[in-house]
Amino acid sequence: MSRVLLSGNAAIAWGARLAGVDYVPAFPITPQTEIIETLAGWIGSNELDARTVMFESEHSMLTAAGAAASTGVRVFTATSSQGLLYAMEMLYSVAGWRAPFVLVNVSRAVAAPVTLHSDHGDVLAARDSGFLQLHAATCQEALDLVLLGYRTAEHPDVRLPALVNLDGFLLSFTREPVELPDPELARRFVGAFEPGASAFRASRPVSQAVAVLGGGPYSYFRYEMHRASEHAGTVFADAAIELEAATGRANDAVECYRSDDAEVVFFLIGSLSTTAKDAVDRLRESGTRAGLVRPRLLRPFPTAALRSALHGRRAVAVVDQDLSIGSGGVLHAELAGALHGQAGAPLLASFIGGLGGRRVGVDELCSISGEALEAASAGRPPAPRLLYTEAELREVRKLQAIAHEERHR
Amino acid sequence: MYRIRLHGRGGQGIQTGARILASALFVEGFETQDSPLYGAERRGAPVSATVRAARAPIRERGLPARADLIAVGDESLLGVAAAGVLRDADERSWLLIRSGVAAEIWRSRLGRSERVATFALEVEEGAELPLVGAACAGAAARMLGVVSRASLESALERELAALSAQARAASAARAFAAWDELAALAGCVTEEPAPIGAPLPRPDWVDVPLDPADVAAPDIRVPLTSVQVRTGLWRTLRPVIDDALCRRCSWLCSSFCPDGAISIDPDGRPCIDYDHCKGCLVCAAVCPPHAIRVEREAGRATEPEKVG
Repeated sequence: MSRVLLSGNAAIAWGARLAGVDYVPAFPITPQTEIIETLAGWIGSNELDARTVMFESEHSMLTAAGAAASTGVRVFTATSSQGLLYAMEMLYSVAGWRAPFVLVNVSRAVAAPVTLHSDHGDVLAARDSGFLQLHAATCQEALDLVLLGYRTAEHPDVRLPALVNLDGFLLSFTREPVELPDPELARRFVGAFEPGASAFRASRPVSQAVAVLGGGPYSYFRYEMHRASEHAGTVFADAAIELEAATGRANDAVECYRSDDAEVVFFLIGSLSTTAKDAVDRLRESGTRAGLVRPRLLRPFPTAALRSALHGRRAVAVVDQDLSIGSGGVLHAELAGALHGQAGAPLLASFIGGLGGRRVGVDELCSISGEALEAASAGRPPAPRLLYTEAELREVRKLQAIAHEERHR
Repeated sequence: MYRIRLHGRGGQGIQTGARILASALFVEGFETQDSPLYGAERRGAPVSATVRAARAPIRERGLPARADLIAVGDESLLGVAAAGVLRDADERSWLLIRSGVAAEIWRSRLGRSERVATFALEVEEGAELPLVGAACAGAAARMLGVVSRASLESALERELAALSAQARAASAARAFAAWDELAALAGCVTEEPAPIGAPLPRPDWVDVPLDPADVAAPDIRVPLTSVQVRTGLWRTLRPVIDDALCRRCSWLCSSFCPDGAISIDPDGRPCIDYDHCKGCLVCAAVCPPHAIRVEREAGRATEPEKVG
């Protein structure tokens, strides 16, 4: 095992290489393109024995990924933002085919207005598709979650594609120390993809049902996906224990940082969680018992682990880096659903921050923990809040003034 | 933790410079992080890259709130607000500028009483966008004082491995020349101590109001909004019309200008809008009497930008 400096995109490419992928259907989009470039470079120099094909769109790319995985080869592909949404129809289809492969999404906020920077509006749009969903907080996790993604997705009782998410710029283009697993260890850990009887062969046509179904059979097949996804939680947990034994790195479905005795807990996903650990430490130094509970696994939703991690806490500050327009934070709604009716459940306070790459600072996290605790004392959840400063609104007013001048010129 | 930012223009090796510096610190046993920041612009547009180094794993990400050292590879960027070079400089920050102008003159220009250093770096005559990333890394490494010459050498080897032997040697020479030039300031940049547990001030949050849709939608309903974006900042070479040689066949240069940045005045004289000329030099190529000469932007851009 060697420790090297890798960007999130390079760490993902290493994950795919160490997993021994056979086929990489591709389409470029910022900030993901570097992943495909890196893999294509290795394929070109014979360091990776695989084929890559450039498609004319993400829709075709996903179709090819699902079709290839159905034949029993190991498939890797990646996209971002608009690309993921353009492929959305096929996300649902290939998951329904029960075709296991790894799709990496490098989070980038969805237009309009357009930006290159990260939020989770893109990846959360895929949460109901049948894909497993894993969220990385560091470049190291980006690599580990690709390996865990294959292990979980290809398990004969799961057979669902896995989506591994990393935040654009904050991880994709950020280089930090990463432990590269020994290739032999990684190969043994991921194992061979054994499609068994489910592999598609043109010479051996098989049908498991008819093409167009009524509600009864449809419900059965869709619910089987749900059962398989739920079961993936157990498969993931077992695989994570095995990876930890081999590498010393924990990748539990839910990461808990100083939350055991915490009165207030941050709940969020992705790379913001490293900033949240700084906030937790700062709050602890000034006498507030703070903690962090951060799911790596978002599908299946780790309901039982979250209930147990949050049992007896006074307040939870949920920070959504997404916005369901007309409803609010997606994670807040999901967590509220998981905790509803549970005895000893904490009060939830909802905060929206980090849209379009907006920086959420330690100062903001410290302040919202205070607000969440005050609300718990008052026994009433506060109104959801967008983390947005006077200076930011002033900046927008300036842009609007310039635009207004333009319009009336 | 050390927080260092490198500034330059797309094509000058600024991201590579940040990688070299981070690599050298990593070789020294630091935990490091390097990350470039750029948008959808092209070569010549302002770019920056951040390097962090600490003795413990780094949890901070993105643009730092402040920098201990800001290394500027292209002095023209100090006059460009969009480059944000001085945005988060405070009295602890060191400012390092690649410039032939003396540090004391920069101090008076920038209204800083201290902590401004310059380095000269010889570049090839006529280079459009001189490669300065490796030199910035060498200079910054020396100012930190915690990177040995051997570690810098090992980082250069590691990060430039994909280049030709000649390009590698040239970059290394520039890095070591800058390293030598900053010898007197070795160790001047100090690590910012970790914050103590005093409560932070509450951010000045506001409730975002409901505005009418014709204000609140990001629509562009009129043409010419591109006028607001001064793409002339990206220019590294400047076409200059010699009025004495110009034959007033102005339709040629003005029609061929892909940015519509050449207008014709009532006397039939072509005028270049330097706020929007990107320096592609199509005009210079099509001008029959060779009345358009080419000047390097470097060196002239510390003057305030003029409307063309």
